[in-house]
Formats: sequence, structure tokens, C-alpha cells
Amino acid sequence: MIIDDKMIDYIGELARLKLKQEEKENAKNEINKIIDYMDVLNTIDTSNIEAMSHAFPVKNVFRKDDVMPSKDRDDILLNAPNKKDGAFKVPKTFE
Amino acid sequence: MEFLTTMGLEVHCELSTKTKIFCSCSTEFGGEPNTHVCEVCTGMPGSLPMLNEQVVEYAIRTGLATNCTITQYNKFDRKNYFYPDLPKAYQVSQLYMPICQNGHIDIEVNGVKKAIRIKEIHMEEDAGKLIHDPWDDCSLVDYNRCGVPLLEIVSEPDFESGDEVIAYLTKLKSILQYIDVSDCKMEQGSLRADVNLSVRPVGQTELGTRTEMKNINSFKAIARAIEGERKRQIEVITDGKKVVQETRRWDDNKGSSFAMRSKENAQDYRYFPEPDLVPIEISDEWIEKVKNGLPELPTAKKERYIAEYGLPEYDVDIITGSKYLVKIFEKATEICGEPKEVSNWIMGEVLRMASETSTEFEDIKFNPDSLGKLIVILKNKVINRNTAKEVFEKVFTDDIDPEKYIKENGLEMVTDNGAVEAIVKAVIEANPKAVAEFKGGSAKVKGFIIGQCMKQLKGKADPGTVNKIVAEELEKL
Ligand SMILES: [Zn+2]
Repeated sequence: MIIDDKMIDYIGELARLKLKQEEKENAKNEINKIIDYMDVLNTIDTSNIEAMSHAFPVKNVFRKDDVMPSKDRDDILLNAPNKKDGAFKVPKTFE
Repeated sequence: MEFLTTMGLEVHCELSTKTKIFCSCSTEFGGEPNTHVCEVCTGMPGSLPMLNEQVVEYAIRTGLATNCTITQYNKFDRKNYFYPDLPKAYQVSQLYMPICQNGHIDIEVNGVKKAIRIKEIHMEEDAGKLIHDPWDDCSLVDYNRCGVPLLEIVSEPDFESGDEVIAYLTKLKSILQYIDVSDCKMEQGSLRADVNLSVRPVGQTELGTRTEMKNINSFKAIARAIEGERKRQIEVITDGKKVVQETRRWDDNKGSSFAMRSKENAQDYRYFPEPDLVPIEISDEWIEKVKNGLPELPTAKKERYIAEYGLPEYDVDIITGSKYLVKIFEKATEICGEPKEVSNWIMGEVLRMASETSTEFEDIKFNPDSLGKLIVILKNKVINRNTAKEVFEKVFTDDIDPEKYIKENGLEMVTDNGAVEAIVKAVIEANPKAVAEFKGGSAKVKGFIIGQCMKQLKGKADPGTVNKIVAEELEKL
């Protein structure tokens, strides 16, 4: 797989990033290096190895269904760039 | 040209756990904006999710009740997309290994039985709520619902008519309520359905291009949306155009659907395994334990009621269709031992009162024991049927105790035949004109006399007794 200009534009759009031409060139080079490395990994024969999603052999970590107090609303909203009436205020969003 | 319709359903149901799926915030409905939130469900950097065990238990329960295979090794994935109702910019869901697979629900439409296959059921988190603020022309975000556990129940495209869809949803809702995993209140959004629909000319084997209609929140609206979208697609094809694969929103007020503003690349969710949550391994013992704890399900209950009590299928369908009516039926029957009578009362008075007072079955408040007691009182001829119906209205609206209410209001029937006789005599004496007509051969007058007697007795007499005494007294004339 090669990351070309079209792909960089697409990834930028998905990540909601507006990139300048120079930044696009940089990102393109860096992502291509990562992809190249994946190609190296792909040369290893993994046909007898089960797919792994986690590095540690831990499973079934559960929590009991007991209610704990929620956080103070003012604390939760502390870092919000915009707020109104106890809610996060964002640009008008329609579905 | 004749067309065939094919539909599939994605049903989202909010689980009735006390806490959210990955944090200990309350799932209680309502509440001031952002008062049931913490660093986990608002997606603060550095916070870590921890799975609510009850969600897994409920998912297994739902899978078993819908004939699914439980995926004994399953895990979560991230579905990435940007939207302000989703603070992490990804939804934790299950794409690669959903917890339940390959089930089915049996439905019946116009006497025809059919199995609707369930492709999978997966666990995921609900999103927050966006409220439009017209003053500032902006949106306000409330994350109280964000992180409430959801099951997404995905069917195969097995539906061929709106009736089948409604039958499936009705059955699914009643199963989910029976097994106590969700209250399924559509008006509060705890049960929502997305409909995938395509049409194709008769004779064509491959399915047509489908569209998706999201979050329709009442059975009636779903039926209308299906009919509207089917017609629209047929028109598009008949006009020689092509149906575009897209998500459409059904506007139930306008009775038409429109394409949702095309979110470009929105379908590219870039799923990948959720690294913050470890895999779930469900043992045979766990499955067995959940299986043993399952209550009797609607279909089994229906068959048993018919076999054991000899009730009509139509009545049994209505009663077993709602766990709340089942509760009334079983408790009242336990008290009075008259299943047929209880069924008649439910089909008659309970349904009538529910409809007259616009009460949903789940909101019926009266103690079911009261209906059983009332039936016993009626059987013992303490009151007559008309009075019983009046007392039941009080039971339904105010949850009164029938025995106490009857005593306090002196509603017992006059059982002293002498007293009845005295009143009958008095009525006959007071109505010489009617008596003359009776003697002249008018049989109708007897009804009038009985009516007058019941009025004097304030309705508190056994109609059979009054009838008999009036006949006797008139004979004597
Ligand atoms: Zn929380």
C-alpha cells in the first residue's frame, strides 16, 4: 500500500485535520515509513499463530453493577471551551 | 411491474442495568444535563473503562432467549467517527466477535408461522443527546445517556412485509421484557429500530439496492415508514432511475423520508480491537447458570395456557404478549382458581380500562390479587356482576382493596329474600298502570317492574332472585 496525496487528503478529512501542503508532505513520508515497516512484519510466517489483540493474557475483568456518585458537573465542564446551561456548547449539529 | 420487498432490522435496546456499561454512573432516565457523568463516560484523556458484568449476563440471557449461539470468547472493538454526542470520537462496540450469533425468533402473521433469523447481537455503548439551542443557534450536549449499555440485535433480511416487521418487534419486545433485560419504552428511546429496505421486480433473484431508515420510535411510525419507503423506491425504479444506497430519515409528521445530509466517508469507521478492554471468556457453567435462570418465554407460556386452561388462542396471544398482563393473570388465578374467569376479566374490563385511561400495560398499578379477590366475592354472590365491574374500576384507578371497599360502601347484595319481596310488592302497588298493562297481556312490563325494583335495591340484589320474585308476585295478581 502506498500513501499518496489523495489518501492523505482522505485521512485528514477522517481525522478532521486541515493540513498545509508542507504538513501533508511530512505526514505522507512518515506514514509511508510505517506502512513499509508493516510490509516487513508481513514477511513473517504467522500461519500457525493465533491472532492477538492484547499483549497480556488477562480476561474477564468486570465491575459489579453498583451505582457510585457521578462527578460534579462543574468539574466535568471545567475544560470545556464553551458551555451553556450545564451542557457542552458546540457548533450547530444536525443529523 | 410487480415488486417484492425485502427488509432487515437493527434493533437497539437499552439495558436496564443500574449503572452504565463502562463506569459506575447511574443510568436513570431524566435528570439535569450532565449530572450522571464522570471522566470515563465523557471521554476524558487517561480514563479507563471497566466492563459492567451485568451487561454480559443480560446479553447472554437475550442470546439464549432468541435461540442464539453464545460466542464464548468475545471482545470489543472501536468504531471511529466524529460526532459531538460521542466524546471519545469512537464508540465501543463489537464487530469481529459479537457475543451472540445465529439465532432466530418465531413469528406468526395471519396464521402463517415464520422464523426470522438473527445474525448477531452485540454489546455497545449509547451516545449522548444533542439539543438544538435556537437562541444561540448552536447545539448543547448532554452526556447523561452516553455510556448506557445497549444491545444491538441484527436480523437477517428475512422480512417481506410491514406486518412481519411489526410481529417481530412485538415478539422481541415481549421477550426482552419477560427476561427483565430492558423496559423497552419506545417513547424514552430504550427500544429503537433501524429498517433496511430494498425492492426488486418479481423474477429478479438478487436483492435491490437498500436504504436505511434510522431510529424510528413507534410501531405505527415504523409501519408507515416501511410503506412510504417501499412506494418511493418503486417509483424511482419505475421512472427508470436507480435507488441510491443511503441513510434516510423518516419524518412521521410529513409522512415522507428524506436523505440525511450525506456525511462523506461516514461509512469508513476504521474498526480496530479495543485495547482498553480485555477479552471476555464465557464458561459452559456460566451459560448453564443463565439458562436455568430464564423464565418461561412467551411461546411456551402461550402453549401451556391453551393446553392447561383451555383458553381461546386469541385471548392467550394478547395476555402472553405482555409480561404485565401475564403477571395480572397468574396472580389473580392463584387467588381465585378460575383461569377462564380471570382471562375474561382481563380481555374485558382490564383492556377496556387501560384503553379508556390511556394506560400502557407496564404502567398498570393495581395489585393483581385484588382482581382474584373480586372474582371470589362475585362467585360467592356477595355482589352482582354490575357492581363487580364498578368496584373493578376503582381497583384499576385507585388500587383499592375490593373487600374493604364493598363493606365501607355497603355494596353487598340484599340476600334477605323477605326484604326483596317487600320491595317487589311495594313497586307493584306503586305502579297500577303498569300492572294493568301486564294484565292486558304486555309482557314487556315485567322488565320495567324488575328495573324499578333493582333501582329501589340500589342494584344490590341478585338479578336472578329479583326476577323470580317479580314473576311470582305478578302471577299472584
Ligand atoms: Zn460515567
